[in-house]
Amino acid sequence: MRSVNRTILRDAFAIAVATGAVAISFGAIAAGSGLPPWSVVLMSVFIFAGGAQFMAVGLLAAGNPLAALFGGLLINARHLPFGLAVADAVGPRRWQRLLGSHLVIDESVAFALARTDPRERRVAFWATGALLFVCWNLGTLAGLALGSAVGDPAVLGLDAAFPAGLIALILPSLRDRATREVTLAGAALAVLTTPLLPAGLPVLLALGGLLVLAIPRRRPATPDAAGRSSADEPATRDGTPAAQRETPAADGGAPAAGGRAADAEEAAW
Amino acid sequence: MVIAVIVGLAVGTYAFRLLGVMLHDRLELPERVRVVLPLAASALLGALAATAALTEGGALAGVARPAGVLVGVLLAWRRVPFVVVVVAAAATTACLRLLGVP
Repeated sequence: MRSVNRTILRDAFAIAVATGAVAISFGAIAAGSGLPPWSVVLMSVFIFAGGAQFMAVGLLAAGNPLAALFGGLLINARHLPFGLAVADAVGPRRWQRLLGSHLVIDESVAFALARTDPRERRVAFWATGALLFVCWNLGTLAGLALGSAVGDPAVLGLDAAFPAGLIALILPSLRDRATREVTLAGAALAVLTTPLLPAGLPVLLALGGLLVLAIPRRRPATPDAAGRSSADEPATRDGTPAAQRETPAADGGAPAAGGRAADAEEAAW
Repeated sequence: MVIAVIVGLAVGTYAFRLLGVMLHDRLELPERVRVVLPLAASALLGALAATAALTEGGALAGVARPAGVLVGVLLAWRRVPFVVVVVAAAATTACLRLLGVP
């Protein structure tokens, strides 16, 4: 258990450092946009959502405050379903709910969902949320201080770190067929609609990926799939019959959490 | 004006987060919904990752970033430690850009 905690901390630290570097660029860009530094600090402390903050700074600098507000809210609407999904990891007490809600971010959700043990989920959620909060705000301060002296974060390839980390976190759960189909359908929907819709909406539209569950199945479902349905699947990459791979404990060895759709497999790292 | 936008965004974002967390036990969700919730979150995370990897400002993101992400994903698939995945993705993208790849 202790080594599991250490792994969680190490992994969370890795993504927190990358996030801190992005925050430095956020602070630098915000400083360059002419916004007062205190307002930039307030953003990172109280909004604590990278995408919405970058967008808000850009639109405020362009003199479009209404678009900054509604665009940011649209981007952050995903946090409602995120909160629903990680409520158990946040904890039952009032202060945990009030404080933990502020730490519901993409990374803490992904880290929590990658774990099946309730205690590990809680550690993963809080460690990732707290570490990222600290790094995000320290990075913002550093960026404000350094200003335009900081170069383009794209030079360091940091824009690849976030998606790669996110995919690495959800990858193990994609062994579960329903999760894989819903996730791939949702991702495809979002990418295809990105050129057409305002920022934030394509990601929300990914919830439409859940519709694949409504596709009538042509083969009897495994017992754990009761209440879900899934489309028939062509031959899989490694040739294993899909029905066999769908058994939650088949390749991971960990016991399946009761009724949970996510794969019970313990992450390799 | 700036402060109004920041307060609006902060309150709105916190409300989304808190509402999700609180609704979870207020609603007494049926079992089916509880099963679907992690799927919904996974779809959102997958969509975030895919759009962040492939698009930039509503258009395609070029080659260097998707290539770096791909290297990261392949390493993750081979069960390389998470830290290495993140660093390798960033390093690949950085090197490609250094070579002049967009």
